[in-house]
Amino acid sequence: MSATIVESRSGEAAGRPGHRLVVTEPLVLDSGARLGPYTVAYQTYGTLNAERSNAILVCHALTGDQYVAEPHPMTGKPGWWSTMVGPGKVLDTDRYFVIGSNVLGGCMGSSGPMEINPATGRPWGLSFPVITIADIVRAQKQVIDHLGIESLFCVTGGSMGGMQVLQWAASYPDRVFAAVPIATAARHSAQNIAFHEVGRQAIMADPEWAQGNYQDQGRRPSRGLAVARMAAHITYLSEQALHRKFGRQLRNRDAVTYGFDADFEVESYLRHQGIAFVDRFDANSYLYITRACDYFDLAAEHGGVLANAFRGTRTRFCVISFTSDWLYPTSENRMIVHALNAAAANVSFVEVETDKGHDAFLLDEPEFFATLRGFLDGCAERRGLSSR
Amino acid sequence: MTADAAAFAGTPAGARATPPLRGDLVMVADLIEPASRVLDVGCGEGELLAHLARAKSVDGRGIELSQSGVNACVRHGLSVIQGDADSDLAAYPSDSFDYVVLSQTLQATRNPRVVIEQLVRIGRRAIVSFPNFGHWKIRLHILLTGRMPVTHLLNHDWYDTPNIHLCTVRDFVTLTGALGVAIEKSVTLDRAGRPFSLDPRGSLANLLAEQGLFMLSRRRA
Repeated sequence: MSATIVESRSGEAAGRPGHRLVVTEPLVLDSGARLGPYTVAYQTYGTLNAERSNAILVCHALTGDQYVAEPHPMTGKPGWWSTMVGPGKVLDTDRYFVIGSNVLGGCMGSSGPMEINPATGRPWGLSFPVITIADIVRAQKQVIDHLGIESLFCVTGGSMGGMQVLQWAASYPDRVFAAVPIATAARHSAQNIAFHEVGRQAIMADPEWAQGNYQDQGRRPSRGLAVARMAAHITYLSEQALHRKFGRQLRNRDAVTYGFDADFEVESYLRHQGIAFVDRFDANSYLYITRACDYFDLAAEHGGVLANAFRGTRTRFCVISFTSDWLYPTSENRMIVHALNAAAANVSFVEVETDKGHDAFLLDEPEFFATLRGFLDGCAERRGLSSR
Repeated sequence: MTADAAAFAGTPAGARATPPLRGDLVMVADLIEPASRVLDVGCGEGELLAHLARAKSVDGRGIELSQSGVNACVRHGLSVIQGDADSDLAAYPSDSFDYVVLSQTLQATRNPRVVIEQLVRIGRRAIVSFPNFGHWKIRLHILLTGRMPVTHLLNHDWYDTPNIHLCTVRDFVTLTGALGVAIEKSVTLDRAGRPFSLDPRGSLANLLAEQGLFMLSRRRA
């Protein structure tokens, strides 16, 4: 690792506190472009043991971030996986050293379109190079190298985080002892690309987007980004969950108004989701990260045969899907399992029964938690990690 | 990295206090060489896999249909996937296991013929046990009552049974012949899964055995 690394703890920079790793050696991206110097923002929880063998890398999903288990610095809400990560929890920070890092292209401190391009002194905007899941993982690996971790005990994450898990296992098999991809896929389906395209078009159709130069012009494509979030949010839920939560209930009224106000509770809920999102997320970042997902096709990188991505792997896998997830359905997860079987890998697979849709991986699902805890305990025993 | 390397190579633990193994599973376990690779198809809550890991240092994997079964296995550190014999065997490479076990499950598969072919393709040996529908009590039950039998091994009514492809020991032997599959060992078992000595290919065995247990391999050219 010849990369020159400068670490700084950049304090309260733009309300996004935490660790920053600045890498001066340029990253050669899948597109062929070179990016550098670049920054990776990360957070850690728990203590790295003397053998450096108890580290778990948590990869976040599309709009997640490195604040896995602490209040979000902008919204004040609990970390997105605080039900899972913490003292005594499934990812027990009394036992494991948990790392969360903001993806490349993100907007919480890692290099991305919202950050300043050092070459110009102005925001990157659309001049930021298009990145892939593999590029994201290459940047994450710098953090793991920097922390002196030869082999991660576990890499886990849901949705786009699961794609990073698969990429880690394929790119750096000797550095991943256990891998837990959750509610994910080894390639983005046509349906998933289609939904992402709707989101991107909503952003780009907002005049405030200004061909991506909104930051320079002091504008914000909030309406476009909110619509993108509203559409995406529907795909994270299930029909049953929406019906259970909202049905056809009217919002603070006894009858429909024969207009286009939010008559229905579900409309009001979605509008709220959209508005809350734009306060914490950057529109161009949304374009770049959705694109990274769309380009993900692990089999294509390996001669069209997914099993080739995992040949000879010694990593222990646990694939988890949810019955009501129609965005990354069980069938997609099962394809991963079949490829791992074809590669004679050590794999467990559980489909958790729930009506909560794709978002189930973020929620307190007892069966899901018990399975993951059991899997990690089994792996920890093999790894010789003490049980606290 | 030596600690890691050792951990990678470590034998599966599956350490837990387990109730005594079901009779036919004891027989299955006896057939398996130590330190071999075993796939248990329809592994339930992993009783056999846990026993093999503990007693014979076996590197075991499982396939189980029920969510509760899979979750119990994974919670106990066993490598098990949710799936079934009909859908999930095709993905495994040939000869990827020393033994593939299918205990008390064959009769619940949609296509037992294809499943048997897959078992002997994936494993160097396949170990199959199933309830014998030719047992005298079953024959007598149908003869005397004219109704589908409900026994302790086949404890479902006809309308809600998962057992859709019942066969006799003789049927099974005939099928292995048609598939060109070699019977390396065969055992007849009573209702508790205890073996008794009868040639399973004979008609007496087909009348007296409550279960058949066979070790198969594909005939090599």
